[in-house]
Amino acid sequence: MRAALPVLLAMLLLFGGFAHAQAIEPMPFASHAQEVRFQHLTAQLRCPMCQNETLADSNAPIARDLRNQIFQLMQHGQSDEQIKQYLVERYSDYVLYDPPLKAGTVLLWFGPLLILLGGAGVVLMAIRKRSRGSLAADTPSDSAPTDNGDDW
Amino acid sequence: MSRLLPFFGFVLLVVLFGFGIWWNTQHDPQAIPSPLLNKPAPAFVLPKLYEPTVNVSKSDLLGKPYLLNVFASWCIECGVEHPVLQAEAPTLGVLLVGYDYKDAPDDAKRWLAEHGNPYGVLIADQPGQTAIDFGVYGAPESFLIDSQGVIRYKHIGPMTEDVVATELKPAIAALQKETP
Repeated sequence: MRAALPVLLAMLLLFGGFAHAQAIEPMPFASHAQEVRFQHLTAQLRCPMCQNETLADSNAPIARDLRNQIFQLMQHGQSDEQIKQYLVERYSDYVLYDPPLKAGTVLLWFGPLLILLGGAGVVLMAIRKRSRGSLAADTPSDSAPTDNGDDW
Repeated sequence: MSRLLPFFGFVLLVVLFGFGIWWNTQHDPQAIPSPLLNKPAPAFVLPKLYEPTVNVSKSDLLGKPYLLNVFASWCIECGVEHPVLQAEAPTLGVLLVGYDYKDAPDDAKRWLAEHGNPYGVLIADQPGQTAIDFGVYGAPESFLIDSQGVIRYKHIGPMTEDVVATELKPAIAALQKETP
């Protein structure tokens, strides 16, 4: 077992390196700035096949094809916005990790706010009820205090 | 009343949870609705699988509706779908166009020899470039394209008997009603 460990480690290093080389193959970038731009752009885009990975990280064949396509479009002088538009036209807003604000995404953008407001409403109601309850308890009354149900 | 409030909250959560499960059995969470639906299909020029020197273009196929089926020999789910296509192709009433996606031609030919060839026209996209224009991200995918070259219906994932009966055939019937 102990003897097998170095072999295992060596294999891990070797094949781990291969897997990485396969995932992000070197591309002939015109400049370092372009490479940085490419990495930045692909990290904002979602792989349509494996929807929890970015195009930059994914090893799926379609992600590789799309990375190549983005690279080609960059060589043709397209801007980041144009490239995003190109992908959205074909794969819909799903490719964007940052979805645009429009009719179909209103719930996505403001849903959490709605839930927050709803929760605030419930809390407000509870506080009002409780303060009214304590006010009633403060005023002297002839009858014995009754259970108002606020025992939780 | 307020004593029951947590219970109602719990029931609400159970209903929401149940709805989530039901929704996921009815819908493929991986399926991306195509933005190309009801838009003109992208222009393409692709070689035939069996005659690589002969090209088929979008305009060659205009005039009659057809079902473009994206498949590949490496695609496991295509093998699941294939018997359905074999059985249904003659009764669909539209041309079935096979779109061999990112496949070595020899592998595709071997696969078709083994599983049968239901396609009226067979084109091959080995680099997968044109498929990007179609928004293809996996196989199998099927596009119903009308006589004007507009994509009218898309199915992602294997065609099942159920999908053919409840979605594809009604969509084809609607097309045929339009153009008598």
